[in-house]
Amino acid sequence: MYAFKYAKAKSVADAATSIAADPDAKLLAGGQSLIAAMKLRLSQPSALVDLGNIADLRYTRIEGDTLVVGAMSTHAFVAACADVRKAIPALAALAGDIGDRQVRNMGTIGGSIATNDPAADYPAGCVGLGATIITTKRKIAADDFFGSMYETALEPGEIITAVSFPIPKRAAYIKFKNQASRFALVGVFVAETPAGVRVAVTGAGPGVFRVAEMEKALSAKFAPESVANIKVPADNLNADLHAQADYRAHLVTVMAKRAVAKASE
Amino acid sequence: MAVKVSMTVNGKSVSHEVEERTLLVSYIRETLRMTGTHVGCDTAQCGACTIHMNGRAVKSCNILAMQAEGASITTIEGVANADGTLHPMQAAFKEHHGLQCGFCTPGMVMSAIDLVKNFPDTTEQQIREQLDGNLCRCTGYHNIVKAIKAAAADPASAKAGV
Repeated sequence: MYAFKYAKAKSVADAATSIAADPDAKLLAGGQSLIAAMKLRLSQPSALVDLGNIADLRYTRIEGDTLVVGAMSTHAFVAACADVRKAIPALAALAGDIGDRQVRNMGTIGGSIATNDPAADYPAGCVGLGATIITTKRKIAADDFFGSMYETALEPGEIITAVSFPIPKRAAYIKFKNQASRFALVGVFVAETPAGVRVAVTGAGPGVFRVAEMEKALSAKFAPESVANIKVPADNLNADLHAQADYRAHLVTVMAKRAVAKASE
Repeated sequence: MAVKVSMTVNGKSVSHEVEERTLLVSYIRETLRMTGTHVGCDTAQCGACTIHMNGRAVKSCNILAMQAEGASITTIEGVANADGTLHPMQAAFKEHHGLQCGFCTPGMVMSAIDLVKNFPDTTEQQIREQLDGNLCRCTGYHNIVKAIKAAAADPASAKAGV
């Protein structure tokens, strides 16, 4: 790991000041992706501003028809939270199956979505539920937040403070895990939300994406057979030593089918 | 550059000057000279470096020492009684032959203690799922799962805490 300066932020305002002062500084949430990337020298921040002490970023609460999750809520915390399990069990299940137990005890929702790993689970949950990302500067719809791999709409110095999820009628997330990394080779989040049916795919492409054709078919009839014959084109999908693009395309349909079945239980 | 880090390790307050980039596992092994916590893969996959931070199992090779500032840390050296009596989880691993070479064992035991605390009426299926952050290349896991199941059923486990 390259050397860097370290500061523990006392508050979000304090973190914003520190990060604004140094364009090469990075925010540290749980660090489960960032520290690993720094050890591999893939990331070389001049300074880390640690959000770990900001306790008021760790909460979940129901606000009307939405579930709001504080940015520093760990995956283990979200998975175990009674509010989440009741309002959006699919989100609790997603959080409870990220990485492994030790990673879930450190990793946070804010860190996960700010990183936007192309195989991460939370981007699928955010886009699949039509969430809103709340930052120190504005509110961003999940559809506009996630870019291609490791890219987001966040501007320099902008800090995620919470994610607001509309409570769906029903939802489910199914992933085909890479057995070594436990990231999603392909993961599909399906939800029937107040604004319509949404299908979000992670792991398959350079970033999370929706499948309009599946959404349309499920709006007509919310059943596994509605998506059984819908194939996504393999052209722009990822191909690596774990799976070829056409295999990932095939998995999208299979995972979508299983997710719809699970959401219908 | 150096910064001061302070924490409680196995009930004892410790404080040292460290480089900012010092990993928690390096601090534990090299500064505190407690080598029971192992470095296996060094990429947060194998779980040999598992310790408890504020009562939760975490991978100390993927955490900065500074992130543990003010935290309460328990390592494998801190789970047995002062008189040398093994923690019920350690005793179960011994009884059920839950180790062969022993390299993954400290991490396995720390992870297993956390597992049983969070899933007190745990099933074999659940143990296998929840143990996926710890790799063992010798045992095939069978006896590890048996040991954890036995420790979970042992009334001494609840009393031992940690």
